[in-house]
Amino acid sequence: MSRKIGNVFQYIFLTIASVVSVFPIFWMVIASTNKSVDITKGTLLPGGYFMENLKTLLNSDLQYMNAFKNSLLIAVVTTALAMIVSSAAGYAFVIYKSKGRERVFTIVLLSMMVPFAALMVPLFRLFSKFQHMGPLKVIALNTPMAVIIIAIATAFLIFFFRQNTQSFPKELVEAARIDGLGEFGIFFKVFMPTNKSVYAAAIVVTFMTSWNNYLWPLIALQSPEKRTLPLVLAAMGSSYTPDYGMMMVAVVIATIPMAVLFFIMQKQFVAGMTGSVKG
Amino acid sequence: MADMTKKKDMSPKLNRTGWIFVLPSIILIVAFVFYPMVQALITSFQSGAGNNLSFSGLSNYKRLLTDTTFRKALSNTVLYLVVQVPIMILLALAISSMLNNKRLKFKGLFRTAIFLPCVTSLVAYSIVFKSLFATDGFVNAMLVKLNIIAEPISWITDPVWAKVLIIVAITWRWTGYNMVFYLSGLQGIDDSIYEAAEIDGAGAFQKFKSITLPMLKPIILFTTINSTIGTLQLFDEPMNITQGGPANATITISQYIYNILFKYSSDFGYAAAVSYVVVIMIVVLSFIQLKVGDKNE
Repeated sequence: MSRKIGNVFQYIFLTIASVVSVFPIFWMVIASTNKSVDITKGTLLPGGYFMENLKTLLNSDLQYMNAFKNSLLIAVVTTALAMIVSSAAGYAFVIYKSKGRERVFTIVLLSMMVPFAALMVPLFRLFSKFQHMGPLKVIALNTPMAVIIIAIATAFLIFFFRQNTQSFPKELVEAARIDGLGEFGIFFKVFMPTNKSVYAAAIVVTFMTSWNNYLWPLIALQSPEKRTLPLVLAAMGSSYTPDYGMMMVAVVIATIPMAVLFFIMQKQFVAGMTGSVKG
Repeated sequence: MADMTKKKDMSPKLNRTGWIFVLPSIILIVAFVFYPMVQALITSFQSGAGNNLSFSGLSNYKRLLTDTTFRKALSNTVLYLVVQVPIMILLALAISSMLNNKRLKFKGLFRTAIFLPCVTSLVAYSIVFKSLFATDGFVNAMLVKLNIIAEPISWITDPVWAKVLIIVAITWRWTGYNMVFYLSGLQGIDDSIYEAAEIDGAGAFQKFKSITLPMLKPIILFTTINSTIGTLQLFDEPMNITQGGPANATITISQYIYNILFKYSSDFGYAAAVSYVVVIMIVVLSFIQLKVGDKNE
């Protein structure tokens, strides 16, 4: 008897939790299809105003499409570079294991504890200096590279790849050496193709982090045409007379890439996020 | 044994290759994490406007003691930490142990629904919450319609409700995230342990207390440290839901640092000193949590 009551309670609890979790996202989608006035009246029915809202958004001076492009460029380049640089390190910490490198790895792990709050001041000063340092200009403030460069090598990714390399059969490396493949060839032609699911998980989590990144771009990208999506959304959200319909179209479009990625790669999504606790 | 000889036998050439593989990462982490960390520490002992800094000893740290905005930012951050993190962790634990029940139906549906908030970016969901909880927003309209409240609540402009809203928002965004960690931990617990406990007459709560909690301890520790570090650096939500207001009622330390840098006088030295308070808090709290975690072993 008591188990039955417990069961019913579980379903009620989980249903409430699910509804609360989904509702704001549902509301955001509904609101994107309605007029601002109807939204404030509390409508929960899909309207036919999506295209109008979209037009308002694209014709506003927010440079939304430009921000979308900036975000996409930064996320794609960051992810591509991070997959090579961070995975090479994680891989080498296992395949070329040595005392010296083990010590270096411990120090790398320590960087996980460093709060970004503490880096805000010195990074801002450092990157503004790059403007006057010849070739380093390409990564100075107000360039996409300023955002990309600090996200390529992260302790989390290196740790993630190190964990996953441990289960990679060393015999494959030996065999490839006997076949005359160089060390870089082994990494690119043997390790990478045999660990597609590991890379998929890392790609998902790196892309997501970059796509959603707010604080450093807010500091590093101050000229309007360089802004990324979160910056434009934030600017929109702080206006005094918000057009809710237009705002929600902007939020929905910014969320779609993540939602699509999630539904296609649910497993990798979760594996990427939880990657640091396993093993 | 074979492994030992292999290690010693690594040729200088392979050893060099090893360093080449890790070097780009090390250079980047040193340049953009460790070097700035040291730089911030040095800056925190300097004062001046803009880049004209000179050594000033502990003056920045002394100023912290009498700075009322800093005190507000610190107490808000601690409040979010002490109230929000336990609520979220308990909620995530309860949900994941329910979802771990073999006989439960619609498991995948529940899991996907509760995880869904993790797909939204922090800025995006902050704006959605700001709109939902606006004085003329949906939540107030519903609460009035259902006769729960007579007057709309000023979620964003009332100092107490604004804090409540921030806590509600963060809990909404991160509970599913933590749930995923617990679910993957629960999968490692053998069902036969629960079955044996059931035969012994253990109820749901008892099973949770004497099997689930102890088995998940390392993961709970990990998520607690993670959430602590995240909360101490909280920025996106207060910045985009309440702008830190009203009158700094919801401001966090990270936001205060940002304000010192870009809204007030660009006092790098003082901003660096404030940021080192976060560093010290993270080190101390992580250390305490690890110690407590070890003791109960």
